[in-house]
Amino acid sequence: MKLALRLSLFVITVGSTWTFLQHPWWFPAGASLQAPAIDRQFRTAFLLVGILFLAGQLLLAFLLGRAREGRPSRGDWRLEAAWTVGLIALFFWFNFSGGRMWAEMMTPERQAGAVQVEITGAQFQWYFRYPGADGVFGRVDAQKFARPDEGNPLGIDPADPAGKDDYLSPMLVLPVGRPAHLILRAQDVVHSVFIPAMRFKQDTVPGMEIHAHFTPRQTGTYEIACAELCGLGHYRMQAKVRVLSEEDFNKWLQARERAASEK
Amino acid sequence: MPVASDNPPERSDRGFLHRYVFSADHKVIGVQYFFLSLAAALVGALLSLLMRVHLIWPQMAVPFLGKIKPEDYLAFMTMHGTLMVFFVLSTAPQNAFGTYFLPLQLGASEMAFPKLNMFGFWATLISFLVLLSAFFVPGGASLAGWTQYPPLSALAAAGPGQGLGTDLWLVSIGLFCLGSLMAATNFVATTVRKRAPGMLWMRMPLPCWAWFVTAILILLAFGILLVAAIMLLCDRNFGTSFFVPGGLIVNGKADPHSGGSPLLWQHLFWFFGHPEVYIAILPAMGMTSHLLSTFARKPVFGYKAMVGATLAIGGMGFMVWGHHMFVSGMNPHVGFAFSTLTTAIAVPSAVKVFNWLGTIYSGKIRFSTPLLFSVGFVSLFIAGGLTGPLLAQPSLDAYLHDTYFVVAHFHLIMAMAGLFAVFAATYFWFPKMFGRMMNERMGAWHFWITLFGAYAIFMPMHLLGVAGHPRRYSELTGVQYVAATAPLQRFITLAAAVTIAGQVVFLVNFFWSLSRGPAAEANPWQATTLEWTLLSPVPRQGFGDRRPVIFHGPYEYGPSATGPDFVMQDAALGST
Repeated sequence: MKLALRLSLFVITVGSTWTFLQHPWWFPAGASLQAPAIDRQFRTAFLLVGILFLAGQLLLAFLLGRAREGRPSRGDWRLEAAWTVGLIALFFWFNFSGGRMWAEMMTPERQAGAVQVEITGAQFQWYFRYPGADGVFGRVDAQKFARPDEGNPLGIDPADPAGKDDYLSPMLVLPVGRPAHLILRAQDVVHSVFIPAMRFKQDTVPGMEIHAHFTPRQTGTYEIACAELCGLGHYRMQAKVRVLSEEDFNKWLQARERAASEK
Repeated sequence: MPVASDNPPERSDRGFLHRYVFSADHKVIGVQYFFLSLAAALVGALLSLLMRVHLIWPQMAVPFLGKIKPEDYLAFMTMHGTLMVFFVLSTAPQNAFGTYFLPLQLGASEMAFPKLNMFGFWATLISFLVLLSAFFVPGGASLAGWTQYPPLSALAAAGPGQGLGTDLWLVSIGLFCLGSLMAATNFVATTVRKRAPGMLWMRMPLPCWAWFVTAILILLAFGILLVAAIMLLCDRNFGTSFFVPGGLIVNGKADPHSGGSPLLWQHLFWFFGHPEVYIAILPAMGMTSHLLSTFARKPVFGYKAMVGATLAIGGMGFMVWGHHMFVSGMNPHVGFAFSTLTTAIAVPSAVKVFNWLGTIYSGKIRFSTPLLFSVGFVSLFIAGGLTGPLLAQPSLDAYLHDTYFVVAHFHLIMAMAGLFAVFAATYFWFPKMFGRMMNERMGAWHFWITLFGAYAIFMPMHLLGVAGHPRRYSELTGVQYVAATAPLQRFITLAAAVTIAGQVVFLVNFFWSLSRGPAAEANPWQATTLEWTLLSPVPRQGFGDRRPVIFHGPYEYGPSATGPDFVMQDAALGST
């Protein structure tokens, strides 16, 4: 039984490590400016966790087979203290290095040329609103003005001039290399904008206006999933981000702005 | 010092109902809690199997249920989580084993408040029945998950199951809180007042420490959940707006609430919810320490450090709840504070792991089933615990939050580790509770199936999370990159089916041993604590007129030139 137990722990440890080394499923390629730093932090984290996992499990398997005569130990304060201090140093080094990145992610410096987009979550779809040529979003009162069948699902106040040139997109379209400044809202329940390729996730909360940022650095189309349980259609609440070159983005923008002002 | 007199045992000439159903005997109540947990675990496991099957064969018609719809999946998920967290992981380690063995290990024949003990169990049982009844009401059970975030949980229009099903969920949880508060009050009073002469604090077995600290956590945490549940019930039925802001359009209709905050619920819920995971795991840790020492025939390595770590985890457990909310819209500066505190709580947990390894080190280990499951606990605790400091980093958690990575993390460290401790405790105390031994060979088979099963199910789930697969998806077809993980999902379903089927070995062993197992002697494991000084099963009157007097610490194991390799806690001083 002893041998079987030690062998099993060994097999499980090797198997788990192998699964992670092979990782047939893994992060999608990062497509935001923030992604490389986050990925680096992940690599450090997995390395650290992996080493501790191997050490812990193998030590457990090893110690199970070492019976010894003599008076058994009741503990050792020096060992205990050394382990505790060492661990505190390791964990807090890791914690503080991650904390700096968190600060950079959440409170970036003032960004010139950021593209403002408002994202609204509603059961079970995303709406992406652009402010139009004036750069100002029109006032919204969903309970008063929302008419999904008349092209105004968000309830933009028709009397507000700032809202005249706002336009809605079924897809998040962004220019490459320019910061995206997202304003997140929800119409009914809590949702969460999750864009794995951008290493971006932020809940959208009814009654709150949450500001978030990332900067796409590669053109292409990426998926958006909802990451907060929002009801029976949660699993299919998805959308796409299209990252265009500056030139294509401007073309798309102008076409949209024209269409909005003509309506 | 603890009082010397004890409650007189109940008169034994009363009828069956008084003796086994409406009994205030802590031993009967402990067994009742145990069977309640067993029933909840069976339902919960069945639900998880249905979920796994639905994920990979969404079109399949299940016998008796027909085709599972997305809302059914979410209802199963909500019920699975609620049953397992409340009725299994909070009930079995604390209320089942604690109610039975806390007084005995302290040298008392009854809890401080036997009647309150009984009311606590009955509140919990009614709570369980109310919860399950939600399956049979129009709209079915709630689909908002065990965390019940409003406004989804606050508005009947937000989905099927959000009507009466959710009200029943809230009532059930309210009753559960009441039952838990009664039980915890009892645990604290019993530990403080009913210790036998000589049972100093630092001579208490580690499970008693764990049950005591956990009871304090329950008193602080479940009160908050009770209040939050009542507030949410009021939001739903009596026109208040604690958690629902104004201006919402739900399912095409304007909602009349205004002025509430959805984040308030999240704060209240997790202020309960994070201590809750320690409520589940502290007794498991205590029992594991106890069993490792008993079966390694060695004192617990660093007993004082273990007590200190238990207190530290209990204390810090209330300061880390915000790590569930890094991307909730909470202030990011607060996020960093919670991150640092969460990292800090990993330290006492790691001290415990160190001491478990130290306890095993150079011990003359007896590889009985309880030892196997205890070693399994340590292995799973390491595997699941190590992703803790990783998830405590907001910059990394932002990506992994609400993905399968988190599901893997908490299932390994809380669900699987917790379950392994409960299995270990079951095999260990079965002789004392039922007077018979369980079968060792079946026990070992049960262990192998469950150990490999646990790793086969939950290790690959990390990869799903890393690939960005959000949790609580009832189907894989909605998002392309999620659909691409189908092969891995199939493997996990297969592993889950085998593992759940393997639990039949446990059930057969358990029920067969109840009537056919070989009779147990008083102290079959050669353990030191006071419950083993009594006959197996424990007689109704407990210690009866004999009030034990304690002279030794709980873990006096080790070779001796003359006698056995252990000293009972109440052995007379000259006899060693």
